[in-house]
Formats: sequence, C-alpha cells, structure tokens
Amino acid sequence: MGWIAENMKSIHVRQILSQAICLGMVVSMALIIWKGLICITGSESPVVVVLSGSMEPGFKRGDILFLYMNKDPIRTGQIVVFNDVHYGQDIPIVHRVIEVHERRDSKEVDILTKGDANLGDDRMLYASNRQWLQQKHIMGRAVGLLPYAGWFTIIMKEKPVIKYILVGALGLLVITSKE
Amino acid sequence: MCAITSLSDNLNTPSPSAEIQVMNINWFQKQPQGNDEVSLTMNISADLQTLFTWNTKQLFIFVAAEYETPKNSLNQVSLWDAIIPSKEHAKFWIHTSNKYRFVDQGNNLRGKEFNLTLHWHVMPKTGKMFADKIVLTGYSFPEEYR
Repeated sequence: MGWIAENMKSIHVRQILSQAICLGMVVSMALIIWKGLICITGSESPVVVVLSGSMEPGFKRGDILFLYMNKDPIRTGQIVVFNDVHYGQDIPIVHRVIEVHERRDSKEVDILTKGDANLGDDRMLYASNRQWLQQKHIMGRAVGLLPYAGWFTIIMKEKPVIKYILVGALGLLVITSKE
Repeated sequence: MCAITSLSDNLNTPSPSAEIQVMNINWFQKQPQGNDEVSLTMNISADLQTLFTWNTKQLFIFVAAEYETPKNSLNQVSLWDAIIPSKEHAKFWIHTSNKYRFVDQGNNLRGKEFNLTLHWHVMPKTGKMFADKIVLTGYSFPEEYR
C-alpha cells in the first residue's frame, strides 16, 4: 500500500519541521526576555558577571550582579558599572563611587570610583586621561547579587574546549532523541 | 529564591545609631594646583547591629563629608570606610584620620560648614542590596589655613 509509505514520510518531515519551530521559539523567547530585561532595567547590560577580585569580600569572581539604571543622580556609595578605560578592552568594571561633585548650573556630575579591595582610586584606569567619570559613562548601578551563578560564563570564556564539548553533547542529544 | 530571601530582609526594622566627633584639624592648606586640602582626625562610634539579618554577608560602611560651593550644588567626599563582617563587629568605636584625601574642586573650604554622613551598604548573601545613611550636621572648617 503505497500511500502508507507516503504518509510515513510526511509524518517524518512534519516531526523535523515541528522540532525546528520549537527550537526557533526557544531562541526567540530567550531574545525577547533579554531585550525585555534591557528595557526594564534601563541598562545595556542588565546582568554582569564579576570577573575580578577588586570588590572582595563583598563580590567575588563568578558572582552575578543585577544592574538597574535610571536618571537618578549618581551619589557616593553606589556601586556602578563602567567600561570607559584606557586599556581599551570592553570589560565592564564594577566599583564603588567614592566622590561626587555636582555642578550647580548644569547638574552634571564628576565621579570618582574605587574598588573596595583596592588601595587607591580608579583615576589611573580612566580613558583619555580623564580625572573624573561623567554620568554618561555609567552603564548601570548594581542592585542585586546572585553568588557563584556566573562561573558558567567564565568557564565558557576561559576554557572554550568545554563550549565545544557541550555543543557536541547537545547535538548528540537532539539527534538521538528524535527516535 | 533570590526574591524570597530579599522579601525576608524587608521584614527587618533596624535601629542604627552613630556619632562622629572631629577631634582635630591636622592641617588645612591650599595645594599648588589651587585646590584646598584638609586632613582631620575623627572619633567614630556606631551601633549597626540591628542591620544584620540571616541574609547579610557584610556591611560596607563609610563616612563622607558633604558640602556645597558656589560652583557645585553638592560635593560628597568619602573620608573613611570599613567592612563589618558580622553582627559582633557592628558596635564599634574608632579614632582615625581620613583614609582618603579630602581635596576640594577649588579653594572654597575656609569657614565653610559641612555635614558628615555615615553610610551603610548591606551586601546580602543573595538578592537585593540596600543602603541608608545617618546625616550629622554642624561641622565647619577653620576660617584660616593652618
């Protein structure tokens, strides 16, 4: 009966298509959530992983920080994220504000930051020989903390071998689960 | 879980207290680049024990001077900071000079009044961070350099 074979083939094709759509939906969901987070928190990077020990013992390498940004003025004590540093790499730095000078006329602020665990302030780090950061250099304020959760990202970045192993394993899983 | 732990932090009603005395103005000069700089010694005492909850990893505390000048509506300069790792350490008394340099943007400090603020930032084991401060008023710089 030829039409049974035909139906079997079309079911197989439907299965592949539905799995592809499923995958597409998962990826789109992830993107929507990410973009939504950027919108809600007002920050280009609503979540960062702590990469250095300059804020220990409060924040440790591998912790995840939740960021939020609004038009409220920057004040001392706030923990801010910026990446405008002279060694050029786009690594966000998460340090505390230790000095603020707000202009009476323009309401612009001069900001000085320092890592809790560092001896000196960050002036040496700022790009373009800046003495102060401005509010526009601040990408967000740290408002919440999830310890250890960022190790996944650090391992992915520093040991890319693991990335390939994981992708390979995921691929194997997808292929074998089709049966 | 993160959210639930933060919610439990909200149930805590803390009653912190602090006192700061400026024991001495060690020196007060105009630097070569034209900015006033001052070195002072303070007596800082505080009881921040009620800020600790089961979810508190540490308190980051600092003392900042706040004042205004003709050019700046607000200046905040952090003078001293410390980390309080546990409730037992949260009731303390310390005699110290400023840890960080106190330099004005300009030479506006002579005879000026300023506030000293003690801030605490609660760093949780997990979840939302929050902060508050006590503002102490009535301090002033000497009329003349010394």
